Amino acid sequence: MSEQKPGWKELPRGAVSTKSSTEYETGDWGVEQPEIEHSKCTKCMLCHFYCPEGAIKVREDGYTEVDLRYCKGCGICAEECPVKCITLVRKK
Amino acid sequence: MNEQILMGLNGDEAAAYSTKQVNPDVVAAYPITPQTIIVERFSEYVADGEVDTEFVAVESEHSALSSCIGAAAAGARAFTATAANGLALMWEMTYIASSLRLPIVMAIANRALSGPINIHNDHSDSMGARDSGWIQIYCENSQEVYDACIEAWRIGEHPLVQLPVMVCLDGFTLSHTMENVLTLSDEVVRDFVGERKFIVVEGHKGETELRLNPEVPLTMGPLDLQDYYFEHKMQQIEAMQQALKAIPEVDAEYAKVSGRSYGFLYPYKMEDAEVALTGLGSTMGTVRYVVDQLRSEGVKAGMIKMRLFRPFPAEELVETVGEVPVLGVLDKAASFGAPGGPLYEEVKSVFYDEDKKPFIADFIHGLGGRDTSPRMIRGVFESLMEIRGKEEVPQKVSYVGVRG
Repeated sequence: MSEQKPGWKELPRGAVSTKSSTEYETGDWGVEQPEIEHSKCTKCMLCHFYCPEGAIKVREDGYTEVDLRYCKGCGICAEECPVKCITLVRKK
Repeated sequence: MNEQILMGLNGDEAAAYSTKQVNPDVVAAYPITPQTIIVERFSEYVADGEVDTEFVAVESEHSALSSCIGAAAAGARAFTATAANGLALMWEMTYIASSLRLPIVMAIANRALSGPINIHNDHSDSMGARDSGWIQIYCENSQEVYDACIEAWRIGEHPLVQLPVMVCLDGFTLSHTMENVLTLSDEVVRDFVGERKFIVVEGHKGETELRLNPEVPLTMGPLDLQDYYFEHKMQQIEAMQQALKAIPEVDAEYAKVSGRSYGFLYPYKMEDAEVALTGLGSTMGTVRYVVDQLRSEGVKAGMIKMRLFRPFPAEELVETVGEVPVLGVLDKAASFGAPGGPLYEEVKSVFYDEDKKPFIADFIHGLGGRDTSPRMIRGVFESLMEIRGKEEVPQKVSYVGVRG
């Protein structure tokens, strides 16, 4: 049963979004998600820099990992990885 | 009422001087004839340290309005000015300013849209922006420009409104013609405009003013999908309706401060008029002169000068026209392919549902700065008298002063 959406009199004026953008977990937009094979990774961090969402973080140990809450599965990381250690896997 | 100093100011100077007195936080502007004096004069005030304004010399009009939007979103009072193709260049941003509910004030030195390139006065520029959600005030003389540029802040920032405001002045005719202007003191102007008032929203960190503030983050101008855009537009529609209530409030307060009482419309010799003419801007001064002439000849002529175009003062127009049988509309812009000029279309549609409606005829004139002389206005009144006599409108739309 879907909720009744608010009418125009109830919405905040100015079309302002009052939620923090961190609450919009766009990770569920993606059809595929990247898997990074750390054994092949050279810690170049290019995937971290290229990710348009900033969803790839660099860990303490220098390897990178994907924040699946925000990854939209665009595949740019896989495309840019110089050693091709990132593969896109269909989500279940 | 306060003491005022008489100054000789052209329309542009009046806009610059009043804005100096308001002392906005940001002015971001790009020059275009015939608005250049506004920005040049204001930049002199900045250079001389007479204002605290951050003056941003931008690379285009699109950037000018974008900068004002950014500034206003951050809570600043932002002012800009433009004309013709400059306004056209910032067209997309005019919609952003109004939908983000930013009470920016912009002076428009009305100039014909190119092409061919024409730097002279007509209303094609601001008429082209009539759907953008900005309040539009049209001025007849430099005094009105001075006063409107002060009132505009309070109108736009009114809690019921929160919309940007365009103050329109005829390019060259007003912008470059020196007139007597009674000016208030800096103090009185600053007291009148006061501090900017903001919309209050419920943010995720509690109630907050609608402005960008790192302590209470908000997202302004996010994506809307099919399920919300329409509702947000309804809010803008409502704000315009509310402006019809808010503007008289501001006008009343300004009257106390300046002694000048403004309204939406100015009827002149309408009480027993048989024929009347309505329109916007400086031409109405010429019309008033002709009305006086005709009256002395026994012709029952009248006129209604319109000051407010957006929101359109429909109710008041109908009331002011009353029983007058013939109403001519002076349009200083054409809308290619439309049944008539923009003002004519609005006036006519307002009367459609009325039981008593005058014969309405459109007179498109003055395009590209073509002078509309008293003789031409007399000609228009003669056409109106003919309509009165025949009780029909043989030509719905006429073009005044064009060859061929």
